[in-house]
Amino acid sequence: MTDHKPKVAVYKFSSCDGCQLSLLNLEDELLELAGAIDIAYFLEATRTVKPGPYDIGIVEGSISTPHELERIKEVREECKFLIALGTCATAGGIQALRNFTKTEDLAWAVYAHPDYLHYLETATPIAEHVKVDLEIWGCPVNKYMVAEAIAALLQNRKPNFPQYSVCLECKRNGTVCVLVAHGIPCLGPATQAGCGAICPSNGRGCYGCYGPWNQANLEALTPTLEALDRQPGETFRLLRNFSGYAPSFRKAADTLLDKEAK
Amino acid sequence: MNRNIEVGALARVEGEGGLFIGLKDGKAVEVRLDIYEPPRFFEGFLRGRFLQEVPDITARICGICPVAYQMSGATALENALGIEVSPQAYALRRLMYCAEYIESHALHIYLLQAPDLLGQPSALDLAAIAPDVVRDALRLKKIGNQLLKAIGGRSVHPVNVCVGGFYRWPDAKSLQELLPELEWGLEAAKACVLWSATLPYPELEIDYEYVALHHPDEYAVIKGEVWSSKGSQLTVKEYETRYIEEHVRHSNALHSHTAEGGHYLVGPLARLNLNYEQLFPAARQAMHDANIQLPLLNPYKSLIARAVEVAHYYEEAIAIIKAYQPTGTAHLELRLKAGEGSGASEAPRGLLYHRYIIDDKGLVQFAKITPPTAQNLPRIEEDLFALAPQLVTMEHEAATLTAEHLVRAYDPCISCATHFLKLKVEEII
Repeated sequence: MTDHKPKVAVYKFSSCDGCQLSLLNLEDELLELAGAIDIAYFLEATRTVKPGPYDIGIVEGSISTPHELERIKEVREECKFLIALGTCATAGGIQALRNFTKTEDLAWAVYAHPDYLHYLETATPIAEHVKVDLEIWGCPVNKYMVAEAIAALLQNRKPNFPQYSVCLECKRNGTVCVLVAHGIPCLGPATQAGCGAICPSNGRGCYGCYGPWNQANLEALTPTLEALDRQPGETFRLLRNFSGYAPSFRKAADTLLDKEAK
Repeated sequence: MNRNIEVGALARVEGEGGLFIGLKDGKAVEVRLDIYEPPRFFEGFLRGRFLQEVPDITARICGICPVAYQMSGATALENALGIEVSPQAYALRRLMYCAEYIESHALHIYLLQAPDLLGQPSALDLAAIAPDVVRDALRLKKIGNQLLKAIGGRSVHPVNVCVGGFYRWPDAKSLQELLPELEWGLEAAKACVLWSATLPYPELEIDYEYVALHHPDEYAVIKGEVWSSKGSQLTVKEYETRYIEEHVRHSNALHSHTAEGGHYLVGPLARLNLNYEQLFPAARQAMHDANIQLPLLNPYKSLIARAVEVAHYYEEAIAIIKAYQPTGTAHLELRLKAGEGSGASEAPRGLLYHRYIIDDKGLVQFAKITPPTAQNLPRIEEDLFALAPQLVTMEHEAATLTAEHLVRAYDPCISCATHFLKLKVEEII
């Protein structure tokens, strides 16, 4: 992308650290990667901080505090190419469950003095606040997709990410469909591939942590799943989970709520 | 001499926060670890979720130690239902914990703390001068991640743990295939113990009250009683009668103290000091060879305790895999009923306590989670007071590094504790 080693910055917002850890978990590739790029800002890995601007910015986490709301704008300004890393950054993540409730009530459940805290009512994806150039979904991300994204940028090409649902990964793995064969509720048909379909291969349904597949037919899937509910509200909670604030999952869960209200 | 020392942000920790040290007349008059890692309210949104979702959701508190959150959560809920997992499932849970200890401790020893002891800003810089050390370190860490993936599908937020056991027995062959690497890892870990004892740690001895799970028959991780070096021995159910959380103004993480008001230490030093007798032989032999004396009371030397634990867990992992012969179903059938249950396990950073109240449909009505770093935060502040007389005599850069290093030696998981570290050392005039 440039004639010099690209300067890369890794930032953390509201998150669990697991997606940045995926970079450090590239044990076989880490030293090679460190040779190909200039790690200019990555607090989890190094004290060295080189000043911006940066060629690539990688952002983990969602926007959930007034401070983060300001900081993401600064990050955008100092990075030429901005990657939203992981489901917190692309869909708000698990903490975006607060968007469906009164956050103050949640705060009282944890803290004796919610008045000491500074937080926003919502936890929202990066793209709601600034322009994002590439999204890598996953809770956590697949580390090889992160390596592929960086390699693609270095080679001036589009990253080669899967464009199909988790179902195809099950077929490729030879995993018998947990939904059809065992009646286990599974979000796989509506979920973006990338994880390797690890939940079905462990005998359980997909819980949608890689976010909705862009061709998901939730109108068809939701009633099918609901008919399989093992506890009341199971399908609703499956949709309103790690990727619950992603528009299509959000809408499908809202539809179930409306139906119940009627 | 008056001075202001300010470091933009503390590096090589998990999560973000800030540190303020006010020095006056050769002493610290104020120490504050400011946690500005955003609050995420896990205990709030766990309410109304089905109990089987808890291990998946609580894993997301921390990407470095998700297994700990899954184990404490699952155990607490099993206690609420009055069930206990099969011995084979229990052994597999210990194996999963072995894997998490290996990857988390290897990350901390080599990538987070060792650069401080070897005068480097990061392990990547260290790789330029000691490539073999870093290559072996990455291999040691990778084996933990591979083992975790073999059991749980992936190393961060694994998917196989459920209330009642596991969704599916992992394939014995995929575990046995890792044995040659684990054997290499055990030898490398023993060498790491010897190496760890030779590093130039800053001098600091603290008369700690240290607290960890203790079990007479095993190096306590999931089962056991909560033991303190001051003599207190409580069941996990009694934990909250003595260990109390408090919300302080400068922190998005809660702070813990004992009922008597003292601060206490959890983590590798506490475990090793209390549970040396339960270590596997290779780890004990490595300690003997390295002439490591207990109790270890220097917070910087928690690296040594981590190295010993890595050796222990490599040896234990090998033993569990060799004995692994899964039979029957991997998880118990759950009979839902209303109840309350607590569970504790030893996360790599220390004791992690969960308590839940569930209704007769298995929905969570109440959740309480006390992570290790919330228990250690007041202790870190107190250690920094003890370090202050040394800081005053040091050059600016050295003082800053020594204080930062102390915080890092705790391997604080700030993401956990809140469910950013900005360091500011200044002399108050």
